[in-house]
Amino acid sequence: MDLEKFFQDQNKKKQVKILTCGSVDDGKSTLLGRLLFDSQNIFLDQMDQVQIESEKYGTQGKEIDLALLVDGLQAEREQGITIDVAYRYFETSNCKFIIADTPGHEQYTRNMATGASNSDVAIILIDAQKGVLEQTRRHSFIVNLLGIKHIVVAINKMDLINYNENVFETIVDDYKELIKNFTFTSINFIPLSALKGDNVFSNFENTQWYKGSPLIEALEKVNVLDSSQNNELSFPIQWVNRSSANFRGYSGTITDGKISKGDLITTISSNIQTSVKNIYGSKGELSEAYCGQAITLTLSEELDISRGDIIISKKNEQIIKADQFASHLIWMDQEPMLPERNYIFRFNNSYINGKITDLVHSININSYEEVASKKLNLNDIAYCKVAIDKTHGISSYSNNQRLGSFVIIDPYNNKTIGAGMIDHALRRSSNISWHEMSIDKKTRSELNSQTPCVVWFTGLSGSGKSTIANILEQKLHAIGKRTYLLDGDNVRHGLNKDLGFTDTDRVENIRRVAEVSKLMVDAGLITLVSFISPFKSERQMARNLLSSDEFFEIFVNTSLEECEKRDPKGLYKKARAGDLKNFTGIDSSYEEPENPDLILNTSSGNAEQLTDQIINFLKDKNKI
Amino acid sequence: MSLSHLEKLESESIHIIREVASEFENPVMLYSIGKDSAVMLHLALKAFSPGKLPFKLLHVDTTWKFKEMIKFRDAIEKKYELDLLVHINEEGVKNNIGPITHGSKLHTDVMKTQALKQALNKYKFDAAFGGARRDEEKSRAKERVFSFRDHQHHWDPKNQRPELWNLYNTKITKGESVRVFPLSNWTELDVWQYIYQEKIEIVPLYLAAIRPVIKRDNLLLMVDDKRLDVKEHEAIENKLVRFRTLGCYPLTGAIESKAKSVEEIIIELIKSKNSEREGRAIDKDQIGSMEKKKQEGYF
Repeated sequence: MDLEKFFQDQNKKKQVKILTCGSVDDGKSTLLGRLLFDSQNIFLDQMDQVQIESEKYGTQGKEIDLALLVDGLQAEREQGITIDVAYRYFETSNCKFIIADTPGHEQYTRNMATGASNSDVAIILIDAQKGVLEQTRRHSFIVNLLGIKHIVVAINKMDLINYNENVFETIVDDYKELIKNFTFTSINFIPLSALKGDNVFSNFENTQWYKGSPLIEALEKVNVLDSSQNNELSFPIQWVNRSSANFRGYSGTITDGKISKGDLITTISSNIQTSVKNIYGSKGELSEAYCGQAITLTLSEELDISRGDIIISKKNEQIIKADQFASHLIWMDQEPMLPERNYIFRFNNSYINGKITDLVHSININSYEEVASKKLNLNDIAYCKVAIDKTHGISSYSNNQRLGSFVIIDPYNNKTIGAGMIDHALRRSSNISWHEMSIDKKTRSELNSQTPCVVWFTGLSGSGKSTIANILEQKLHAIGKRTYLLDGDNVRHGLNKDLGFTDTDRVENIRRVAEVSKLMVDAGLITLVSFISPFKSERQMARNLLSSDEFFEIFVNTSLEECEKRDPKGLYKKARAGDLKNFTGIDSSYEEPENPDLILNTSSGNAEQLTDQIINFLKDKNKI
Repeated sequence: MSLSHLEKLESESIHIIREVASEFENPVMLYSIGKDSAVMLHLALKAFSPGKLPFKLLHVDTTWKFKEMIKFRDAIEKKYELDLLVHINEEGVKNNIGPITHGSKLHTDVMKTQALKQALNKYKFDAAFGGARRDEEKSRAKERVFSFRDHQHHWDPKNQRPELWNLYNTKITKGESVRVFPLSNWTELDVWQYIYQEKIEIVPLYLAAIRPVIKRDNLLLMVDDKRLDVKEHEAIENKLVRFRTLGCYPLTGAIESKAKSVEEIIIELIKSKNSEREGRAIDKDQIGSMEKKKQEGYF
């Protein structure tokens, strides 16, 4: 065996990443098992194991159940279903394949999107007995949304319909109709039987009417060249290498185009121009490097740039600095997405706080209809407008997947709860520039001889917030402090009278009040806010608008039983009777603060005494 | 210009390693001395060249590793000026826990899984690199590149974060941690090919040599020291053998082989009909055993 030649051949092998879409019943695991088995990527001891397991869990009687080669987790195996994304590896003489195997159940859109995000080609599996189903529509939609350009439609179980050409052709026509608005560049339709192996690795005699390639050849022919390699350069800085006093290198992976020694570059955050001095790849110094390569480069001038910045070629106009953009979104969490709620957005090399400002429409992935909606539930897909707290270099997803994608993280539990694909930047904010005023917060405060802040009361309806806030304002007024009290009920009569009590409206209610209280602090006032403010996300959002010594959260802690007993406005009674919907504590939740600045236990003193606790607290904080 | 398969894997791994160094406060690289660790270390050195590694290495020593492994570890530490920590579960040593007396299950739990947790807690590491690959075992196929662990270092297969594109979620709260697998997408053949092309040093036990072995429970065990407790009916034979994986010597079976070089190993591998975990006693305790161990905190 000629090893050098062998390695040359190995090195010529293309890497092709495949996504498989279909459900348990379509025979997807069997097809995967077949690919691994026929490509001889299964070892004897693994076959022995499967033989044992086939007898225990198998669905093929005494025959070996190839599906068991790929059904990984024990719990799933016992339930007979696949529930996650699993990766498989096999090779042929031309290609190395990486398969992302994802389930077909309705509730697992998130897994399919995950698999699709890293795939070059999708196999859409259709059961020949059943034809195009709702799930086929769903899978095709997600594959297209995630930007996969090549699809292979595997029409399986042909053996069960006697290899009937007419049935096959009908499915082909149905499918073509379904995808007429999608942007796939290559589509192959293949009649096959995963169970028997027909048309998987070689053409089968019973389907002589079929003139196309068997599945494996169709997969090998996929053009995997990344389209962004023809773009102008983009290179997000991942790590600054300062290994010695005279070495400053910028490390990262090229996301667009190529780079050569001497190239003129700039960065997304500056207008400075300089040139590439040296490029270091995994094998030492390089004269040029390409899209996808992890490199370190040095510049002829040292720039003060760091992780989060992006080095681009002078001519690159595709990467835009923006803090607002329109985007497709996939929601992946049980907790629904509410517009205006604060989330963390994870881009290629940065985490930035932000929110979805407008939910333009959600998309029904069975009918492809656009639907008006106020929130997103698990597995919902939508088109949205997003605002982030600082500008960042972004691209459209169609131009560059690496710089045009993001994931959304819950700031409270760090879960990954959503994923997005940027459509285009919105330039609204860059057209409205921030006017620097000559009189600022500091000068206004000095004239008032006080330090402004927000005292934010949260608690159930009837807990005593407004009573205490009212006494507090009187006391502050008496000692010459300039104040303003924003009360929930009062604000709902004016500024917020267009809002109701759904979760979405509650979020917007608090956002507006938080912004108003920020303006009041800017005006130099001690601002008292008395709002139920039931969600911790929104209280945190209000806190984030101000600096840490300007915002104090006071939890007016009165039990639900006590509030209901008091019921000063008769609201609990109405809510219990069902005459008042979405009432906090009854059929809408109240999330108690985890770390409030002060807790007032209303059972431990009267309103006067409790107010004095706040006065003492504000004195401690040097606010009065 | 399109990158080759290995170049793609190499770039992906380097990207992952740099990502951890950028986003975590106190990462560590678990170094098991085996071939996958050798490749992972090689990639890490490349990722930060010409600088040094911005994190420490950790070897969890069960005290039952082959002598040659420990010798190799110490030589590599010196050669690359690594900051390498060695952790042993002293409580296990006090109780004389070992694979022969207590069986593979208890030994692995106490000297490997518990020892690893002890070390992670002791040094307060928030991220730990491991050399595991998805192609090794079926339950690994579903493992994320960034695998989230709770305060008890437990892995919950139903509560893993979706991983889209290369946008890894590195956010954790205090006490939680992640295990990071930069070689997730490599196969055994990829690893050997890379070792060959990059001339990466490996423990000589991977290469065939005449070694003293006995046959026990269908495994060829090497007589590495007196603790093996060779029974009367077990004849010590000198055989030309090598190891496909390296672990604790009484749990790791040798295979008869003539492959004395990396090239010959690759040829053997292509012709082979058995998978690399076949020589491992611990995977066979029960069906789905690896999965159970992972949920408990095994790497």
